[in-house]
Amino acid sequence: MATGPHPAPPRTPAPPAHGPAAVGSRSVAAPVTSSVSEQVTGAQSIVRSLEEVGAEVVFGIPGGAILPTYDPLMDSTRVRHILVRHEQGGGHAAAGYAAATGRVGVCMATSGPGATNLVTPIADAHMDSVPLVAITGQVGASLIGTDAFQEADIVGITLPVTKHNYLVTNPDDIPRVIAEAFHIASTGRPGPVLVDIAKSAMQSQTTFTWPQEIALPGYHPVTKPHAKQIREAARLLATARRPVLYVGGGVIRARASAQLRALVDASGAPVVTTLMARGALPDSHPQHLGMPGMHGTVPAVAALQKADLVVALGARFDDRVTGLLSSFAPDAAIVHADIDPAEISKNRTADVPIVGDLREVLADLLPELAREHGQHGKPDLEGWWRMLDDLREAFPLGFDEPSDGLLAPQHVISRIGALSGPDATYVAGVGQHQMWAAQFIRYERPNAWLNSGGLGTMGYSVPAAMGAKVGEPDRTVWAIDGDGCFQMTNQELATCTINDIPIKVAVINNSSLGMVRQWQTLFYEERYSNTDLHTGHGTRRVPDFVKLADAYGAVGLRCESKADVDATIKRALEIDDQPVVVDFTVSRDAMVWPMIAAGGSNDKIEYARGISPAWDRED
Amino acid sequence: MSRHTLSVLVENKPGVLTRVAGLFARRSFNIHSLAVGPTEHDEISRITVVVDVDELPLEQVTKQLNKLINVIKIVELEDSASVQRELLLVKVRADASQRTGVLEIVNLFRAHVVDVVPDSVVIEATGSPGKLEALLAALEPFGVREIVQSGTVAIGRGSRSITDRALERVTRSA
Repeated sequence: MATGPHPAPPRTPAPPAHGPAAVGSRSVAAPVTSSVSEQVTGAQSIVRSLEEVGAEVVFGIPGGAILPTYDPLMDSTRVRHILVRHEQGGGHAAAGYAAATGRVGVCMATSGPGATNLVTPIADAHMDSVPLVAITGQVGASLIGTDAFQEADIVGITLPVTKHNYLVTNPDDIPRVIAEAFHIASTGRPGPVLVDIAKSAMQSQTTFTWPQEIALPGYHPVTKPHAKQIREAARLLATARRPVLYVGGGVIRARASAQLRALVDASGAPVVTTLMARGALPDSHPQHLGMPGMHGTVPAVAALQKADLVVALGARFDDRVTGLLSSFAPDAAIVHADIDPAEISKNRTADVPIVGDLREVLADLLPELAREHGQHGKPDLEGWWRMLDDLREAFPLGFDEPSDGLLAPQHVISRIGALSGPDATYVAGVGQHQMWAAQFIRYERPNAWLNSGGLGTMGYSVPAAMGAKVGEPDRTVWAIDGDGCFQMTNQELATCTINDIPIKVAVINNSSLGMVRQWQTLFYEERYSNTDLHTGHGTRRVPDFVKLADAYGAVGLRCESKADVDATIKRALEIDDQPVVVDFTVSRDAMVWPMIAAGGSNDKIEYARGISPAWDRED
Repeated sequence: MSRHTLSVLVENKPGVLTRVAGLFARRSFNIHSLAVGPTEHDEISRITVVVDVDELPLEQVTKQLNKLINVIKIVELEDSASVQRELLLVKVRADASQRTGVLEIVNLFRAHVVDVVPDSVVIEATGSPGKLEALLAALEPFGVREIVQSGTVAIGRGSRSITDRALERVTRSA
């Protein structure tokens, strides 16, 4: 068995903390300038508002109802518009931009089908708490409700998948609504906000004024945690014998990695980072046990199951992490800190609920923990670590070389990570390749890992990578995609080529819908119903991804043997003036391990097929 | 499951009722009754919603409602500390021979007859859900032809007002 990139690092004193993430400001406030008041059209008011709120890039496609806005947009020197090939691509690009930079991503579409094509990326951003503002054109106010051409009630449609949304028919409301949309999207628990603007409002005369007063009497996110709960959390963390820090994506959204690092070092507790939190703590940190959940590491899952204290930080006890909820971390007291009060005790009752911004929560927790340590000494975690270290040693992440002689996908992904390094950004699609990318790439900084975690949107990778590259053009950005996912949104390669956005795409091509195929192997008696895609080794290759790349003006490379993997990746890394697509034809029989069957208890984790660690036996 | 009455103060804006009702539906919370109307402040509407849930899901309902941007404040009104009323209009078969019997029940329940034709009457009654249920049961033998009933509206007993502080917020942010 080849070993993955997570050998148990020695638990020596931790190296110094990385600096704060190299991301832009989260603030949506306009640069402080004197107030302005201009006579403009509604369309101009939209563009002026976007300029003043600090949007530097918009991903979109024009159409009838949004057309008036595209005219002044053409003249804006402060807002760059990138013409995408499908609205879904625009939405994911905006989300990728937001996830990589921490700034609000903006996408734009016309009414009807343009708007409905945004629904998937909006829902995706909602699940993963991505700050996103979607601006859609709507038919003229007098036509709303008449089933007019390209009319769709996008406010009604996106009601359940937005943090908030607006229908604007009065042009005077435009600047205020856009200011509020950016404020809502970026504060509290971040999320998508849709602003639907009637064409008639764009065409009317109005006054554009800035800055805008934000009038939201029902919106007051609590950021400052309650002192009593912080003290109680510190007391538990200082006295628990088997504590574990369960770190979720909230730590990344809150930019609290440095504070997390301090807590990890101070507490001495083991840490697990969820799929959304990969990179929140460097993988090289000796207390890092890896990812928990359905495809988590054995020590990470064991730590949760055997813990007497779980400190959840910006995590939401998702079913993919807890497995069968009633058997999750059965002996643990729960401290749950989150900016969203509705997450606390939603799935698992919290013993110590803490509502607040994680940066503030962690900043307040540190001195309290130090005080507890001062009074009672540091807890003795030696026995706990011995058990976990044994598991790390016995069950490292790894994989078998495929018996069909084809490439091991885990090897390919592992080499991409090793050769591109921690400064690169890795953007996955959804499926086996996503899990391998979460497992076999070492993440050393927040926002280095982007993926669709909550909604599980196949097709996220290429457009989100495009958005990430636009946000941080100096970074190497890899889209690590599957052959199924890639076929859902690869049209954005055209956008990348035309607009000089040189992303790199690694198609982990197993010629099938791999994760579904894996489940068919395990749970459906190897009856492979509709999972064969005919794109890989020994097939007709429809489509041929190398030719497809060529057709889009990108460089297409193919790699079919282990000997060529490093050279091919290096070749891809050398090309920086064109998008690159590498078709890695890999074995379709490779499976993602460890695995906990859906709905099963975490205690039933299998390290590899038929191999259960059964940590309970050691008790 | 137990019944809970929530008073939800919301911004008086289009679509707010849809947001509230939609949230109940998609989080699979069961609404027993819902009433919406203006308050003493033009910019605030009040939704009274009665839900059948246990204590823990109720906490989720409240938290999820609070996440709606247009929701300003939520207060649970306990039965014992609030006045809860519904309005009922009921059309009852009542020809000359039955009318006296019907009117006797109307008086007993302090209801009113608001429309009379030779073979039926329309009765208006307000009261707690329990009282209206009892009234309907008493009218049943005469032949109930049509019922329309409002959702529960409720207000806390005593001098305190739940809108006071919400109002401050609205004026502050206006």
